[in-house]
Amino acid sequence: MRIKCPYCGERDAQEFAYLGAADPKRPDPEAEGAADAFYQYVYLRENPAGVLAELWYHTAGCHSWLRVERDTRTHVIHSVAYASPHEAGD
Amino acid sequence: MRYSAFSVFTNALGGNRGWERVWRKAEPKPQYDVVIVGGGHGLAAAYYLAKVHGITNVAVVEKGYLGSGNIGRNTTIVRSNYMLPPNTLFYEHALKLWEGLSQDLNFNCMVSQRGVLNVIHSDVQRNAYTRRGNAMRLAGVDAELLNTEQVRHLIPFADFSNARFPIRGGLLQRRAGTVRHDAVAWGYARAADQRGVDIIEQCEVTGIRIENGAVRGVETSRGFIGARKVGLAVAGNSSRVASFAGLRLPIETHVLQAFVSEGLKPVLDHVVTFGAGHFYVSQSDKGGLVFGGDLDGYNSYAQRGNLPTAEDVMEGALALFPNFARLRMLRNWGGLIDMTMDGSPIIDKTDIRGLYLNGGWCYGGFKATPASGECFAHLIARDEPPDLIRGFKLDRFKAGAMLDEKGMGAQPNLH
Repeated sequence: MRIKCPYCGERDAQEFAYLGAADPKRPDPEAEGAADAFYQYVYLRENPAGVLAELWYHTAGCHSWLRVERDTRTHVIHSVAYASPHEAGD
Repeated sequence: MRYSAFSVFTNALGGNRGWERVWRKAEPKPQYDVVIVGGGHGLAAAYYLAKVHGITNVAVVEKGYLGSGNIGRNTTIVRSNYMLPPNTLFYEHALKLWEGLSQDLNFNCMVSQRGVLNVIHSDVQRNAYTRRGNAMRLAGVDAELLNTEQVRHLIPFADFSNARFPIRGGLLQRRAGTVRHDAVAWGYARAADQRGVDIIEQCEVTGIRIENGAVRGVETSRGFIGARKVGLAVAGNSSRVASFAGLRLPIETHVLQAFVSEGLKPVLDHVVTFGAGHFYVSQSDKGGLVFGGDLDGYNSYAQRGNLPTAEDVMEGALALFPNFARLRMLRNWGGLIDMTMDGSPIIDKTDIRGLYLNGGWCYGGFKATPASGECFAHLIARDEPPDLIRGFKLDRFKAGAMLDEKGMGAQPNLH
């Protein structure tokens, strides 16, 4: 697998570290029902057989967090972009 | 037909034309008491439902041919060298069932208790394995800590002069070993079939029918099959199948590769694991060396992995056994595995009445098969989990009662 980093160009996937699904959004710890929201955020996953938006970190390159859309059935990568601040954990 | 030395002899006299089909080719009936989805652990569950609980109006539906899923895609290792009590006791129970399985099923599962040797490469690793060995012995499981000379006696051709990964000893579980995986599928299928269970192959579940919070049956590629209770035992695809019932699970699907070399004369008597990387090896009865290693590390439903993992496994092999460098690898394959958020399995009821879940097997599915089937059958038949699986509840993630052997946290690809 090769990932086309927007900063570094196309690189071997071995240069990247994998985090997992990009869509779980960190809930507001002050909000009503935060405990349940955090349970869902930390543990539950859609885990689709198909296109999954996921986070990869370019460890051996530019140290960017990337949002990669990849088909889990074929490993074909459809798109790569910088992760948004909330996806990157800010 | 019961298999015995006598039946082998008499069939040989008859030119081996008298053997019967091992299981019937069943057509789906409109209604069953229990439908189990998945012809791996599901076969074992169906067998124990019939044998222990007397429930024989049961169907096992399998999307491919029998043995095409994970039950035929593993490295055939059975062991119980875990550390946390719920895992240790459960896998030890499985190992005890393995020990008597061929007699129980009247089918030769080729259970080979050749021992699993975890090689130790540093002083701190010796401490860690000492602790694990002691935890096992406290739970009544056999474990022996070996020094370098004792390891040399078992695997004399390993690299004992490796400066980077010196061999400092090993942890040996003698009762562990390997079991012929296909024979397990066939043996359970035959034994369940003889008790009246329908095994329906080439029948993919496409939906789960639920009315008023209770399960009514499954939609399949061969039409609707009604059932009072439905058990899901489809590790690798648990999230996908459970989503038909609107469930989201604490699971990611990953791919785990295995490799087989060309056949050799007997060289390796045990299952051996390399402690400084992730590599394990055993020799099959055909003579091929069966290699396994790490996950590829990203979500995948592809049933095939990529080459960097293959390279990593081979590097591990050569660090331990330099003489394997001249081997040619014959083939490799990938299996889909349910990686849970704590690295331990799930066997539990769901919020939907009559719908039961068995999944999240991570690396441990094959070795669990008999105990998983037995406990799942108990859960389905009595609607209550046996004590052995009280640690494997689905709500443990919410309750904070994780079973995390490696202490990695909610990061499935690190377990």
